[in-house]
Amino acid sequence: MNSETATVQQVALEKDDVGNFSYPEKHKYDAGYGLTKDTIDYISKVKDEPAWVNEFRHKALEVFESKPMPTNWATEDLDNIEFDKIRYYLSDGAKPKRSWDEVPPEVLETFDRLGVPEQERAFLAGVEAQYDSEAAYSNVKEALAEEGVIFVTCSEGLKEHEEIFRPWFGKVIPTGDNKFSALNSAVMSGGSFIYIPKGVKVKHPLQAYFRINSENFGQFERTLIIADEGSEVMYMEGCTAPKFETATLHSAVVELVAMKGAKIQYVTVQNWSSNVYNLVTKRGLAHEDAEIRWIDCNIGSRLTMKYPGVIMKGERARGEVVSIALANDGQHQDTGAKMIHAANHTTSNVVSKSISVGEGRSTYRGQVHIPKHLKGCKNNTECDALLINPKSRTDTYPAISVKGNQHVTQHEASVSQVSEEMLFYMQQRGLNEAQAMSLAVNGFINDLVSEFPMEYSVELKRLIDLEMEGSVG
Amino acid sequence: MSLTIENLQASVDETPILKGLNLEIPAGEVHAIMGPNGSGKSTLSKIIAGHDDYEVTGGKVLLDGVDIAELEVDERSRAGIFLAFQYPAEVPGVSNANFLRAALQARMPEGEEIDAVSFYKDLYAKMDELEMDRKFTSRAVNEGFSGGEKKRNEILQMMMLDPRYCLLDETDSGLDIDALKVVAKGVNSMRSPNRGFLVITHYQRLLDYIKPDVVHVMSDGQIVKTGGADLALELESSGYDFLKTA
Repeated sequence: MNSETATVQQVALEKDDVGNFSYPEKHKYDAGYGLTKDTIDYISKVKDEPAWVNEFRHKALEVFESKPMPTNWATEDLDNIEFDKIRYYLSDGAKPKRSWDEVPPEVLETFDRLGVPEQERAFLAGVEAQYDSEAAYSNVKEALAEEGVIFVTCSEGLKEHEEIFRPWFGKVIPTGDNKFSALNSAVMSGGSFIYIPKGVKVKHPLQAYFRINSENFGQFERTLIIADEGSEVMYMEGCTAPKFETATLHSAVVELVAMKGAKIQYVTVQNWSSNVYNLVTKRGLAHEDAEIRWIDCNIGSRLTMKYPGVIMKGERARGEVVSIALANDGQHQDTGAKMIHAANHTTSNVVSKSISVGEGRSTYRGQVHIPKHLKGCKNNTECDALLINPKSRTDTYPAISVKGNQHVTQHEASVSQVSEEMLFYMQQRGLNEAQAMSLAVNGFINDLVSEFPMEYSVELKRLIDLEMEGSVG
Repeated sequence: MSLTIENLQASVDETPILKGLNLEIPAGEVHAIMGPNGSGKSTLSKIIAGHDDYEVTGGKVLLDGVDIAELEVDERSRAGIFLAFQYPAEVPGVSNANFLRAALQARMPEGEEIDAVSFYKDLYAKMDELEMDRKFTSRAVNEGFSGGEKKRNEILQMMMLDPRYCLLDETDSGLDIDALKVVAKGVNSMRSPNRGFLVITHYQRLLDYIKPDVVHVMSDGQIVKTGGADLALELESSGYDFLKTA
């Protein structure tokens, strides 16, 4: 693990944000506030990057600066991001951050209740700069290496494995895809590079946990996963524990490439504190007979904008997005899916469930594109919203563009509320209001939760219990 | 020990529904309330359970001598009041087993967990008694249930939660005779010197299977007549017309 590239995020405290806390920071490398060409050169220099990467960053900066905010369709809250008050690169090799005595008791309590493993607690609370995962991971790492699997940081990937990395890097999500993919391309640090050789089926899910360090939790992660012909891999990122030290802007880019007959599942569970803008671009490219599934759970944040997509480039390719979003007071979950059919007999499936609690707001945006010249394409889209309180809000913006008449598409949307009648019934059986709400919410997402790996689904349930406890008065 | 209702007055949207109702159900007894539609029978059960659509404007409900006015719906439940609903709500996505576990867990002292093995043993035994299929445990609570399945489910929950006082609101409605017998068997198996029942029904039929100790007639928010089991038969043959002349 190269410690000099470890990113330590600055902390933004908001008065209502009980979960957050800060500690004094000292950084070995600090690009300072604001974003200029110098910032980029500084990052490239610190990371000792090849010239092509530096050029890539500079071009991206130009694109970022030339693109307007997408407030013509997205929320105007984006205009509140103060780009010149953000530090785009911080890194620090120093280890100890603070002692357990400095960690607020309510944070410890939350860890307890979520059942966060000891080692992760130390990292999440900032007591340790690195997650000591070598012991747990070394066996897995050896087994993977034997099969030729590459699982490294993105920085290592672009330097050590340029011949595999470069042909696909920035190809699924071009720099100019949107303003935030351009921003990420300019200042990216952290994230993973994974390559699965032909025919290799990785048995255990690859977890960001395995090589967790502060770089993983960077603001501008960049991940590229390439599954070669006939290979299979599941990748899991995030955890349900809230991250108590985090920058106000998080803008990641994740690109997946599934070659002929390959399968990639990408599982995300994230729980952001409510001062964070989480603006993420995720897209996969599925070749002939390949399959890409995004399984995504977003909880918290001030604003999350995330629409995982799959471009089905080869015949019979399949794309799927399964997502759960929970928006509590002061939070806006603007999520959805993008399905681009670009070959015959391609199939896509979108199942999205959102929960709005208190004054929380959730928005679904879906795009399904099937051009006229294709035949035999199928799409199924289901989006269901659950409103917990009368002040909760949900909006749905499906855009389904299907041309030609040789396709099958299906779209279903529903909005429901936890009814007084249902609550009374559950309370009459002895559950208090929060327990009843939790049960109703867990019931609502039950069929999707089973898509998540076991340990995540258990954590998810606990997390929903916690969110509901605070939501009823 | 008793569930005692003293001069209870309640209204919904300022319209009086209960107008000074008195009733005492001692533990060990089964009381039936009969009466015409709109007499306030179902409302009474919801008010005892603590539904907040109704405002109690006078009188009190005493659970073994303790006034429960300040208790929330769930607190009343845990104190031992069970209401078998006329129209049980659906809880989508939550399995019957999980729902019951959560309800039982809510009764456990802080830090203690219910034992899964003995829970299922108990659950299966009671389901057998009610002639319910094992598959039922994984179905979502009341979702897509027939009328008869819903009522059986109410009785199953009642048996599992072991309440002190059971309020059965029109449990016979929507049941065919076979289902009615099964439901009645479940209720009768729970009769005990420590438990009281209030059976609300429009028809005598249910009382052929659940023999009441006392029958009350309710009209216009009050108990207007009280008698033995034969009162129900009398009502069945002559109807509620006597109320008009009374």
